[in-house]
Amino acid sequence: MQDSSDIKITRREFLITGASSAAAIAWPSSTSAQQSGARPPVISRVSFEVNGKAQELQLDARTTLLDALREHLHFTGSKKGCDQGQCGACTVIINGRRMVSCLTLAVMHQGDKITTIEGLGTPDKLHPMQAAFVKHDGYQCGYCTPGQICSAVAVLDEIKAGIPSHVTADLNAQAQLTPAELRERMSGNICRCGAYSNIVDAITEVSGSKT
Amino acid sequence: MKSFTYERARSPAEAAAAAARTQGAKFIAGGTNLLDLMKLEIETPAHLIDVNGLALDKIEATPDGGLRIGALVRNTDLAADTRVRRDYGVLTRALVAGATGQLRNMATTAGNLLQRTRCPYFYDTNQPCNKRVPGSGCSAIGGFSRQHAVLGVSDACIATHPSDMAVALRALDASVETLRPNGSARKIAIADFHQLPGDKPQVDTVLMPGELITAVTLPKPVGGTHIYRKVRDRASFAFALVSVAAIVQRDGTGRVALGGVAHKPWRVEASEAQMPRGAKAVTSKLLAGARTTKENAYKLPLVERTLASVLAEAKGQA
Repeated sequence: MQDSSDIKITRREFLITGASSAAAIAWPSSTSAQQSGARPPVISRVSFEVNGKAQELQLDARTTLLDALREHLHFTGSKKGCDQGQCGACTVIINGRRMVSCLTLAVMHQGDKITTIEGLGTPDKLHPMQAAFVKHDGYQCGYCTPGQICSAVAVLDEIKAGIPSHVTADLNAQAQLTPAELRERMSGNICRCGAYSNIVDAITEVSGSKT
Repeated sequence: MKSFTYERARSPAEAAAAAARTQGAKFIAGGTNLLDLMKLEIETPAHLIDVNGLALDKIEATPDGGLRIGALVRNTDLAADTRVRRDYGVLTRALVAGATGQLRNMATTAGNLLQRTRCPYFYDTNQPCNKRVPGSGCSAIGGFSRQHAVLGVSDACIATHPSDMAVALRALDASVETLRPNGSARKIAIADFHQLPGDKPQVDTVLMPGELITAVTLPKPVGGTHIYRKVRDRASFAFALVSVAAIVQRDGTGRVALGGVAHKPWRVEASEAQMPRGAKAVTSKLLAGARTTKENAYKLPLVERTLASVLAEAKGQA
């Protein structure tokens, strides 16, 4: 569609094609794909740590961190919702910071320490944030939940570190842990079931502050 | 996504030289905008130069009392820096008004400046767009144009620049420091960094091929009350319909820059003498020459009302 050069053929090619069989009709486009420089896949190496374990991967340089985690390492907790950084379902924690793993390449994370939902807790030993989401019904379908929980864990660290948000009234004071702060800071994690108020309750409980 | 070769640059000079040497090369840092565009094959770099390993992630005091912000300082870290919060509040306010916590942890200072427009026709590869395919036409003119530019537009393009950070930098008279492939450095005033669309809307900035942003510098603090007011369709994680970055002094004088209205942050220094006389007096000069569509004409009165509200807030805080 966007590459109109695919359908550009020379007069000579046109004459040959026009005089030959149906099988040849596909030929001009594959030839012109080579002429327009279709680029072969490039295999790259990267090593990083996922949930405390060293991993070494050889993958197509185009592989996003999300696809590396899900398809290569089978950490399928992180979800591919929109694949364009808008929904937050793929949120993981990299070197202590929450990020969307769909908008970064795996090869860009040489030496990084990555934590996914699988690294936060296990079914037998839930992370306090996981336990609070269960207790407060912080989800319905559960698809966004791994991203919500990774994001929530990092949000509490961000407030502790004094990182301001859009709703922080005084930039020179420590940000407070209020429902308004949590809602603003969690706005990169969409929940189409609408469990937002229960998510705020769960995070509030883990933070130890009162609503 | 089109295939590409990949390298990790080890020095700014090496990165700039590699970019100039390799056809179709692009730098990648945060990647939050570039990868999005690569998935849609709007950007199709043949070679990616990962600059994340370059030591450009510090915020340092300058001899003249300002700050030098490394190109790789993440938006979160710039917003949270105590000196920025204290002396350049409008910058922190603009940064935290943009994107989400996750994206601000990834996005860099230089990358924020270089992000592309979010014009929906630029993103829709089925539609003509002069910025994406030069000469193909502009679908926004005569199309759905509610979000589009009203100042400095051309017959080729009415896209806006999406950055909040850049609007604050314009009010702060920041400069962009770069390194060119031949090894020479230059300093570009933020006012000159982004270009109006004219007949070349595919060119967003004055950067030359291979030119690498190394830092953004802020002059010494000017004091005053710092306000960034962003008007958008939802309370969080949305681009500006209009935004106002203002620095207002006790006597009512100050500076004002606008976002969401043009292909670059919009500031008309000559309009600022009118600030003590109120928003209407300022906008009569600030919005001079505006060219609107039926759908985005609302932006002109919205700028005036937003500025009036900002000036009232500043008066209350002075």
